[in-house]
Amino acid sequence: MFGYYLDLALRSLKRNRMLTALMVLAIGLGIGASMTMLTVLHVMTADPVPGRSARLFYPQVDPQPMENYKKGEGPPDLWTWTDAMNLLHDGKGVRQAAMSGGQVTVVPPGGVTRAFNAHARYTTADFFAMFGLSFADGGGWDAGDDGKRARVAVITRQLADKLYGTPHAAGRTLRLGKYDFRVAGVVDDWHPVPHFYDLNMGDYADPEQVYVPLGTAIGLKLSTMGSMSCWGDFPQDGDMAKASGCMWMQYWVELDTPAQVAAYRQYLVHYSEDQKQLGRFERAPNTRLRDVMQWLDYNHVVPGSVQLQTLLALGFLLVCLVNTVALLLVKFLRRGGELSVRRAMGASRRSVFVQLLVEAALVGLAGGVIGLLLSLFGLWVVRQQPTQYAGLAHLDTTMSAATFALAVCATLLAAVFPAWRACRLVPARLLKTQ
Amino acid sequence: MHFRHILSALGRHRIAVCLLVLEIAFSCAVVCNALFLIGTRLERMHRPTGVDEPHLVQVDVHSVTPGTAEALMAQTRTDLATLRALPGVTGVAIVNQTLFGDSIGFSGVSLSDDPKAPSIPVTQYMGSAQLAGVLGLKLAAGRWFRPDEFIGYEQLRNGATGVPVIITRAMAGHFFPGQSAVGKTIHAFGTNRVVGVVDRLVQPRDYGPAEYYGYAMLFPVEMPYPGGTYLVRVKDPAQRQAVIQGALRALKADGPLRLVSPKYATTLEAERGKYYRNDRAMAWLLAGVCLLLLVVTAVGIVGLTSFWVAQRRRQIGIRRAVGATRGDILRYFQAENFLLATFGIALGMLLAYGLNLLLMLHYELGRLPAYYFPVGAAVLWGLGQLAVLGPALRASRVPPVVATRSA
Repeated sequence: MFGYYLDLALRSLKRNRMLTALMVLAIGLGIGASMTMLTVLHVMTADPVPGRSARLFYPQVDPQPMENYKKGEGPPDLWTWTDAMNLLHDGKGVRQAAMSGGQVTVVPPGGVTRAFNAHARYTTADFFAMFGLSFADGGGWDAGDDGKRARVAVITRQLADKLYGTPHAAGRTLRLGKYDFRVAGVVDDWHPVPHFYDLNMGDYADPEQVYVPLGTAIGLKLSTMGSMSCWGDFPQDGDMAKASGCMWMQYWVELDTPAQVAAYRQYLVHYSEDQKQLGRFERAPNTRLRDVMQWLDYNHVVPGSVQLQTLLALGFLLVCLVNTVALLLVKFLRRGGELSVRRAMGASRRSVFVQLLVEAALVGLAGGVIGLLLSLFGLWVVRQQPTQYAGLAHLDTTMSAATFALAVCATLLAAVFPAWRACRLVPARLLKTQ
Repeated sequence: MHFRHILSALGRHRIAVCLLVLEIAFSCAVVCNALFLIGTRLERMHRPTGVDEPHLVQVDVHSVTPGTAEALMAQTRTDLATLRALPGVTGVAIVNQTLFGDSIGFSGVSLSDDPKAPSIPVTQYMGSAQLAGVLGLKLAAGRWFRPDEFIGYEQLRNGATGVPVIITRAMAGHFFPGQSAVGKTIHAFGTNRVVGVVDRLVQPRDYGPAEYYGYAMLFPVEMPYPGGTYLVRVKDPAQRQAVIQGALRALKADGPLRLVSPKYATTLEAERGKYYRNDRAMAWLLAGVCLLLLVVTAVGIVGLTSFWVAQRRRQIGIRRAVGATRGDILRYFQAENFLLATFGIALGMLLAYGLNLLLMLHYELGRLPAYYFPVGAAVLWGLGQLAVLGPALRASRVPPVVATRSA
């Protein structure tokens, strides 16, 4: 029976090529535009560290003075050196890392004339294991290296290839500005999207090329990068460890069980109370603990403009569907005569209905093909845009399958009303007028 | 014309008519709002900065092994002299932050030295003697800095106070509404006396509420080169690339080992382009969606009208046979489309208004200005007439003889 419906549908579609083409085009355009935007949204709201994001938390405390205090305001996003060091020392999480962005001048073995600037991350030992970076060679450093300000560094595979022509660079010497570092390890390419652990570098920034122990970097006064907010005076000798009135660091902690999370929340409150008693904090405990996805949400990582574009694309799809409903309606009603003959010959309303839906599904499939091609084109256009997230816009298998599913479902949905109208025609009246 | 006849004819296709009206209405709502969004983007991109952008290039030099503060300042003065001597250069200055640049410095500014006094963050430009001239700023009141007022950045960091300041007219209006700001005192770096007011200068990047964009201060402070950017003013904008090349060569040839690279040298115009690239991309995207939407709406109109024409072939033939001219038939379909478009537009206006309210709620957008409504209406009326022309012409060519044939 289905083969027969298919045959009827193809005949009918061929009979009025113009109308068919218009319908396919309209659906294709609507699907293409909305899938392009949905794919961008899908990429941008993706989990940056799948499998780990629910175990990684960003704690917040409020070390600011009472001035400008507004009741109900959340704690700041950044950490002071003192608080980060205190938490690190207490080590209440399974793993934890304090960190800051930075910029270093890399002097390649080829000589100082080829020096270039690279983004760096100054962090503590647990960073690599906590975020799940894998090493191509060597390894990270340990907590002892943090403490004794060892001159070690971890570099990316890309940088190792560029500097030494091989990823096996552990043990080599890396010159940053006027200091020599020993390469402890080389990490494989790691590009979490968004750049969740430090959103001050741009939400979709590329990851850093050089990792240096935090204590070492601050001891050598390597230049830090990112946002800084101060209420006290900035130390005149530029020693960030003395900037007690400045918030400029990030702090991440790994907590594996709900009990650990609850205990850590308690710990943050106790910590704030203790600091208030010591006279360091002035405000009442004001703490937060967010996991990766909550942290991204809280920071509005998906730009409003992308949401707006998605809304617009869906509105566009709606117009295309209304258009399809109208065109299918005229197409089906126009064939009242033919359908009446089928009804008079004994076809049930149900079978006429199914036959019309098969026809619509064919239109939907064709529209899906056009839509897929258009979304490939649309994503290509998006990739040509110089926005930070542009390079990420690719159609994966899920989204390609979703494109077809959306096209066929949308068209079937659009066809339900016209088909229902068409099979409610009274055969006798139409046959009589012929 | 015979709108009553058209209405009664349309009444026979109530559902198809409703769908077409709905489609036109949706299009109208989206097009009005999209045009408005494009308008706000364009407006943002064309805000004046007060700076003579076409004549400026900038060069950043990074130090590899920084020396003492004195050595850095001496090198900076040498660099400035070197750059000034280049052909095609009319002025050179060093400044702590550049328009559209990544870094932006602020100070809390208040009218009293009480730390609890209300303050707002205002961006500060610290530049060497020629900065105002190089930027092409216009003085609205007061005077420029005197040569003896310039101090080194180290002095400011060590707590120098009493440094004079030049502020923008917008900032003067905020702190001293209705009075002359010249001679007044603000508190930014200790106590600062306002010696001049410039017409306009803006933040390097948008920060804080929109009205703060035009608040800026200038301080007579000379930066060492690792903390600043060389701004070079050229005589002829066509020479900008040549001047950049010359500047890179001259800076490389001279002095200690530093990072001098084409990567860190660019024109201000290129920086502007980079800063507004998201706005431009968004405007193009919206324009693209609008166009597609109009195409789809036109497709709908062509499809439905073609169907109606085919269905009414016999009636058209009869009308032709009893004396209607081709023009009459053409005008009938045009009038029918005009009527449908009018219904659609009326409904579309309401939808556009609702959509705007929704967007205002979620995306910090302004209210849709009234003049977008007639623009949207005109676009859809025009589109409808254009789309209906083909089928209507086909209808007008139906010969009267079809009236005599049976269906």
